[in-house]
Amino acid sequence: MPVLWLFVLLLVIAAVAFFAGRATVLRTVKGKSRLLHSLPGFYGWYTSILTFVPAFLVLIVWVIVQPLIINHAVAPMITSAQDDIQRSLMADDVQNIAKGLDLMSAQGLLPQETSAMPDDLRGMLGSVGVALGSDPTEDKYAAALEFRALSRIGSIALTAVVLMVAGAGFLIARRQVTPTMMARNKVEDFVRSLLILSASIAILTTVGIVLSLVFSTIKFFGLYPAADFFFGLTWSPSFQGESELGLLPLIWGTLFISLIALLVAVPIGLFAAVYLSEYASSSMRAIAKPALEVLAGIPTIVYGLFALLTVGPLLRTLFGDGGTFGVNWMTSADAAITAGLVMGMMLIPFVSSLSDDIINAVPQAMRDGSLGLGATPSETIRQVVLPAALPGIVGAILLAASRAIGETMIVVLGAGAAAQISMNPFDAMTTVTTRIVAQLTGDLDFSSPTALVAFALGMTLFVITLGLNVLALFIVRKYQEQYE
Amino acid sequence: MTDAPVSKPKSSLLVQDARTKRRNASEARFKIYGLAAIGIGCAFLLTLLTAILFNGVPAFKQTFVTLSVTLDPAAIEDAENSTLKTAKYKAMVSEALLAELTEVGIQTDMDPTKLGDMLSSATGDQIRTYALAHPEQMGQTVEFTVLGSSRVDGYMKGRVTREALANDKNLDAEHLDIVDQLAAAGKLSLKFNPAFIFGSDASEKRPEQAGLGVSVVGSFIMMLVVLFLSLPIGVAASIYLEEFAPKSRLTDLIEVNISNLAAVPSIVFGILGVAVFIQFGGGSLGIDALRKSAPLVGGLVLTLMTLPTIIISTRAALKAVPPSIREAALGVGASRMQAVFHHVLPLAAPGILTGTIIGLAQALGETAPLLLIGMVGFVATNYPSGFFDAFTAPNSAMPAQIYEWAKRADPAFYERAWGGIIILLVFLLALNIIAVILRSRFERRW
Repeated sequence: MPVLWLFVLLLVIAAVAFFAGRATVLRTVKGKSRLLHSLPGFYGWYTSILTFVPAFLVLIVWVIVQPLIINHAVAPMITSAQDDIQRSLMADDVQNIAKGLDLMSAQGLLPQETSAMPDDLRGMLGSVGVALGSDPTEDKYAAALEFRALSRIGSIALTAVVLMVAGAGFLIARRQVTPTMMARNKVEDFVRSLLILSASIAILTTVGIVLSLVFSTIKFFGLYPAADFFFGLTWSPSFQGESELGLLPLIWGTLFISLIALLVAVPIGLFAAVYLSEYASSSMRAIAKPALEVLAGIPTIVYGLFALLTVGPLLRTLFGDGGTFGVNWMTSADAAITAGLVMGMMLIPFVSSLSDDIINAVPQAMRDGSLGLGATPSETIRQVVLPAALPGIVGAILLAASRAIGETMIVVLGAGAAAQISMNPFDAMTTVTTRIVAQLTGDLDFSSPTALVAFALGMTLFVITLGLNVLALFIVRKYQEQYE
Repeated sequence: MTDAPVSKPKSSLLVQDARTKRRNASEARFKIYGLAAIGIGCAFLLTLLTAILFNGVPAFKQTFVTLSVTLDPAAIEDAENSTLKTAKYKAMVSEALLAELTEVGIQTDMDPTKLGDMLSSATGDQIRTYALAHPEQMGQTVEFTVLGSSRVDGYMKGRVTREALANDKNLDAEHLDIVDQLAAAGKLSLKFNPAFIFGSDASEKRPEQAGLGVSVVGSFIMMLVVLFLSLPIGVAASIYLEEFAPKSRLTDLIEVNISNLAAVPSIVFGILGVAVFIQFGGGSLGIDALRKSAPLVGGLVLTLMTLPTIIISTRAALKAVPPSIREAALGVGASRMQAVFHHVLPLAAPGILTGTIIGLAQALGETAPLLLIGMVGFVATNYPSGFFDAFTAPNSAMPAQIYEWAKRADPAFYERAWGGIIILLVFLLALNIIAVILRSRFERRW
């Protein structure tokens, strides 16, 4: 790992620069640090930053750019390629051969560098753990040799350039460091820009999400008509082509399962929150609140497995063929109700802790007034506290709904795979998230609509959940302002 | 003076009238609803935990058979020269099993190959590895503890019944008679199986050999990446937003962004991982380390996912430090940067660490994005060969491995999925306990 060692070397140089810068400035004032504008350490930091940062940036850019340039230089040597796509595939082989040759020479398996291709190149590469996509040919081998030669030149040049930049930075800093220089302010400006950079990673992430969704979605709509996607009633992808990719059955399944989940979670969560905040003794609160919150800390894969292996089979023995209730409603353990029930369980603490906060925010004076007029506690809650908290509770429910719509593991394991529009909760249904997983796992061809549709689905999901979140946050914030 | 007329009270204070009764009854009902809701919630929790323990604990035990195998040099020579090496070794074990049966006095007319179905197909490889590692014991008889097949294991644990075997072509009822007799003779028993905790994943046909160890390493590596990226970035971002950011459009934009990112479904982050890290970074830019199924990519995706959580809790911790601390530092001549880094940050550190650990726990249990970046399938097969290899070599993670097992057709894998959940929850519990201890010991209240 020469790049890694170069990085470590750079760090060592930066450390040396710190002490050198500090010592230099102390020497100019003969050790009387009160004559300096800043503490001596800041002069050290300044030198260190000027030495390290430009060199480090050069290093990063170089590491990214070098393979691109070398690939470009080597590509014309692959004469056996018929078109550009084949050439880019073969370029991977060339890189693999070059990598294998490096490994072999590192392990001393390569007797001597020859321009003629060894007979059993593929076997030799296999012995060092490099697998080739196709048989190596003479032109690929020659290209690989060229690749290695260029890489070697590149890495020597990289080391030289990085060290030169670091040296130049060090010299410039040394000339700038004088006792009156405002070193602290410069170092603090640098730290401040690092802080801003970190804060903008949140924006970069959003930009990354939007870009990665938008580009592939546009590509998808180029291959598949948007109207058919948004209004299609059939979902039957096939990797051979001729797939029908209608969004509606997926949206239906998503909303139906989320509705079941909310029907479970909202009443239970709301009543639990009301009881905990208005009735429960502090000792009961101390036990029940964490117990409910444990449900929120359990990973969704656990709920998924619970749905698949416990709740599903249980529901089938109750409602299935020859079941306890003697009704034949359920044919398979994977059903909308299985996923919905378990998802509801997961959402209980979500609804209850949010509602708890909101109910607690209702001013005590409103309760006292109502109780003082002779209302019972439950009348106070139903007629005063809950109406006052209603906007906040609606916000909490919307947030829970957005969680339910974006939930993946429970529906992947519990809801089945049949894309259908049905009113029967005992039918298998499928959701947007399930289909994203199904279309994007395994080996993919990112130029076919069957893989690209996952990005369009992701876009749909992102827009729906973002809309719900923004709406919910808006409502909650508006409500909070009301009582502040 | 006349007496004031004594008005007859409409109702008694001692006896409730109908309306009061109705109101009190509705009050009692309301309370019961609340209690019932909490009861249902706790019942869900209990059912879930019971299901996990009940189904998962058996995974830590496995059926082992004790056998004496003679390492016959001629047979080993023959096996090494054939193309199906492990199958030949397996045949040797089957012969040894037959000999063992005769020795303890169990009669059977089954042929050795069929008898060998009782043992895991991994035994051949086990004997081969041993024989090649110990050439000095060639020709001697060595006692081995080998894995029973998953059906035998299921029978020992009560998962496989005799009736269910009727349409199973791997095992007959006759096998089970032998299993019963072997168990009675003490040659076959359920033992604690460390390979489940430390081993690697095994192919679909050998559930008895599958273990979680390699994916634990994958999870650990991802947590390292998440910790070393999201903690510094998260803390730096929070310091900027809380202490330095001017009230501006940009600051507002960043804040709204963070609160929205916290609620973006995790699978969308998986799509981001596929598109940005694997397709763009690994494909277009040709960065070799960013490849499919690499824990490094998983760690990067989880970092972006946990950042909002860490930023939100760090900002709360910074906000809890009273302004008087900052003002005192500024008053004795510290710069704002010094006030923050020398005074506010150390005081907020316990809160920040607690938030970080909770963020890590969230990331540890996250599955959906890992499915998209290829950390599922038969990938957690070998321990990485070194520290750097562990970041880039294809691997799985605990939750993804559990998903993988839950998806496989053989019910023997379900038991392992439940067992995997126990291990995952133990890690989560440990993280949460550390967070609670940190909070209770070091958090200061002003």
